[in-house]
Amino acid sequence: MRQSPQQGNNRTGIVASGRLGEEMVAATEEFPPSSPGTAQAIAEVRIADAQNGESLGETPPPGSLVDKAKAAVTAVTGGQPTLLMDKLGERLAFEHAGARLYEALLSKHRAYGTFSGGPGAEDLLRILTEEYEHADLLERAIKELGGDPTTVTPSANLAANISAGLPQVLTDPRTNLLQSLEAIIIAELADNECWTALAELVQQAGHQELVEECREAIAHERDHLRQVRLWIASGQGRTTRDDSGAEISEGADGDEFTFAEDGPVDREGYVVSEEDRAETREAAGSPQAGKSGKGRPEAT
Amino acid sequence: MAINLLRDTGVPLEQQRFTWHDLVQAPYSKLMDDAFTRVRVILMNGIESEALRFGHACARMNAPLQRALADVRRVEQHQQTMVNWLNPADQSPLETTIGFEQVAIEVTASVAEKEPDPYLAQVYRFGLLEDFDHLYRYSALMDRLQGKDANTLVQSYSDIVPGRPTALEHRDPLDDLRKPYDRGRAAPLTKLHALTIMAGEHQTHDYYMTIGPMFADPVARQLYAEIASIEEQHVTQYESIIDPSETWLEKWLLHEAGEVYNYWSCVESEGNPRIRAIWERFLDYELGHVRFVARLFEETERRDAAEVLPERLPEPIRYESHRDFVRETLRREVTLSAAGTEFVDREQESEATRVYREQMNSEGSPSETVAAGYVWRSGTELTDPVKRVTAASPSAKRRAA
Repeated sequence: MRQSPQQGNNRTGIVASGRLGEEMVAATEEFPPSSPGTAQAIAEVRIADAQNGESLGETPPPGSLVDKAKAAVTAVTGGQPTLLMDKLGERLAFEHAGARLYEALLSKHRAYGTFSGGPGAEDLLRILTEEYEHADLLERAIKELGGDPTTVTPSANLAANISAGLPQVLTDPRTNLLQSLEAIIIAELADNECWTALAELVQQAGHQELVEECREAIAHERDHLRQVRLWIASGQGRTTRDDSGAEISEGADGDEFTFAEDGPVDREGYVVSEEDRAETREAAGSPQAGKSGKGRPEAT
Repeated sequence: MAINLLRDTGVPLEQQRFTWHDLVQAPYSKLMDDAFTRVRVILMNGIESEALRFGHACARMNAPLQRALADVRRVEQHQQTMVNWLNPADQSPLETTIGFEQVAIEVTASVAEKEPDPYLAQVYRFGLLEDFDHLYRYSALMDRLQGKDANTLVQSYSDIVPGRPTALEHRDPLDDLRKPYDRGRAAPLTKLHALTIMAGEHQTHDYYMTIGPMFADPVARQLYAEIASIEEQHVTQYESIIDPSETWLEKWLLHEAGEVYNYWSCVESEGNPRIRAIWERFLDYELGHVRFVARLFEETERRDAAEVLPERLPEPIRYESHRDFVRETLRREVTLSAAGTEFVDREQESEATRVYREQMNSEGSPSETVAAGYVWRSGTELTDPVKRVTAASPSAKRRAA
C-alpha cells in the first residue's frame, strides 16, 4: 500500500486554474474592499468578547463528589489542588481518547499493512495497553484524592477540543498508516508535555507515590514518541541519525523527548538564536549543553 | 406567570429589534449549565426553525399574506439565530446530537404523559421509544470514536440503554402516516403538542443531514444517514397528526401560540438567569406575533381568534427526567410497530415494511454495528477491562495464560 502521495490532477493551486486565476487577481484590482483596515479588526472584537467574563467552566471541589465512607480519600492540600484535579481529569480524558486513537490506528494497520521500518500490530497493541493502564492509574488517583473521575474538567474539555482533528484523520478510510501516524505524533507530543507538567503538580501536592507512577507513565510516553518518530521517519524514507542530536534522536541518556538539542527551539518551546545557543554551550563548558534536560523534573 | 393568549400584548412587532452583536450572546456552559438548559435551547431552535419553514410554505401559497409573513419571519429568523447561537463552540456536533436526542426523549415524554387524546399519546410513546434508542446508539458512537461518556451531557436524567432497535424502526412510508386530530374538537393542548414535537423532529432531521457528512468515520457517517432516515419518518408521522383542513391563517396563529407556549415553558423552568432573560424577551415578542396574526386572522377570515386560541395556556412542558415513564413505556411497548395508521405487534407488520427494511439492512446495519455489545458505563466502556480491544488480542491471551 502506498504511504506517500502520488502525482495527479490537484486543482487547488491558482496555477492549475491558468487564465481563470489571472482573472481572479484582476477582479480584486477593479473592486476594492468596502471597509478600510486589516485583520486586526477581527482581533478587536475577539478582545472585547474575551473581556465579558465567561469561562469554559470550573472544576468541582475535591472531596465533594465521592462517598467518603466508601473511598479512602486523601484530601489534596498541598500545591494547587484545583489545578491538580483539573489536570488529572485532563490526562484521564486524553488517555481515553488516545486509546480510541490507537484502536483506530490498529484498524489502519489491518487495512493497509505496515511498511519497511513501520510498526507491527504487537507494537501498537503494546502502546494501546499502556494507554489503558495510564487511564486506570489516573482514575484510581482521582478517586483516592477525593475527586470524580467521570467529571469533564475544564482542561479535559480544552484538550478534547485541541485534539478534535485527530480522530477525524485516524478514522477516515482514505488516510493510510503513515498519515495516521502523523496524527498520532501530535497526541504523543501533547502526552509527553502534559504528563511532565502533571508530575510537577503532583510533586508540589506532596503525593510521592503518585509522582512515581507519573514517572513510569512519562517513561512510557517518551518511548511512544520515540517509536512513532522512528516509524514516520522510516515511512518517509528519512535517515534516522542517532548520535548527532538530530530531531529523532532519543539521546545518549534516553532522556530526550521533545526538542532537538541543536534545534531552533529550547525545551520550553521558545525560539533560541544561534548566539544564545553558543552562550549556553560556553557557560556549560560543553558543546552538548542542555542535553540532560535541565529545567524539568527528573523523570526516570 | 399567567399568560392570557387573547389579551396580552407583548412587544409590538415594529419594536422587535436586534443588532448583530445582540444576536450573538455568550453561550451556555457545556460543563456548568443544567442539561435541560441545552435541551431548551435545542428545542427552541427547532421551534423557530419551524416558524420560518411554515412561513415560507405559507408565502408560496398565499400571495396576499406575503408581506405580513416576511415581516414576522424576519424577526423569527433573528430569534432562531440568538437561540441557536447559545450552543457553545466547545460542544462538538456529536455532543449536540446527544442533546437533540435528550430533547426527543424528555420533551416527548412530557407531551405523551399530558396528551389528552389517547391515540395521540400512543403516537408520542411510539416515537419516544425510537428516539430513546438513538441516544443509546450515538452514545456508543461517542464512546467508541472519541473515548467520551455521553452521560457527561445527559447528566443522569435519561437512561442510556437500547429502546426499539433502530434497525427495526425502518418502515414503509405508508406505515408512518397517522390519523390527524380534529381541528374542531381537539383540545388546545393537543394542537400545541403536535406542533412542538413536529418542529423538534424536523430540526433534528435537518441537523443530522447537515452534520452527518462532517464525520470521517465510515460507521459514524452511516449511522447519521440511518438515523436521519428515521427522523424523516418521524416528521412524516408528526405532521400527519395535524388536521390538514386548518386554514393557512389558522395554522399560522397556532404556530405563534405554540411559540408562546414553548417560551413560557422555558421561562417557567430555566435556572440560568441570563438565558431566562432571553426566554422572557422572546415570550413577549411571540405575544406580539400572536396579536399581529390574530388581527390578520380576524380581518381576513371574519372569525374570532378565540375560536382557535385558548385564553389560558395549559400546563407547561416539564423539563425534568421522565425515567419511570420511559422505562414503563419501554417494558410495555418496545415490540410495537405500525401498520397503516394503527399500532400493531411486530408480527403484524405490513409486507411493504418488511421488504423495505430487509432491503435497507441487507448490507449491514450501522446502528447495530456501532453498538455491538455496548453497555453504557460511567466514565466510558474503557473503564471495563473486559471491553478493551487488547482483551481479545493474542498478546493479552498469552499474558492471561
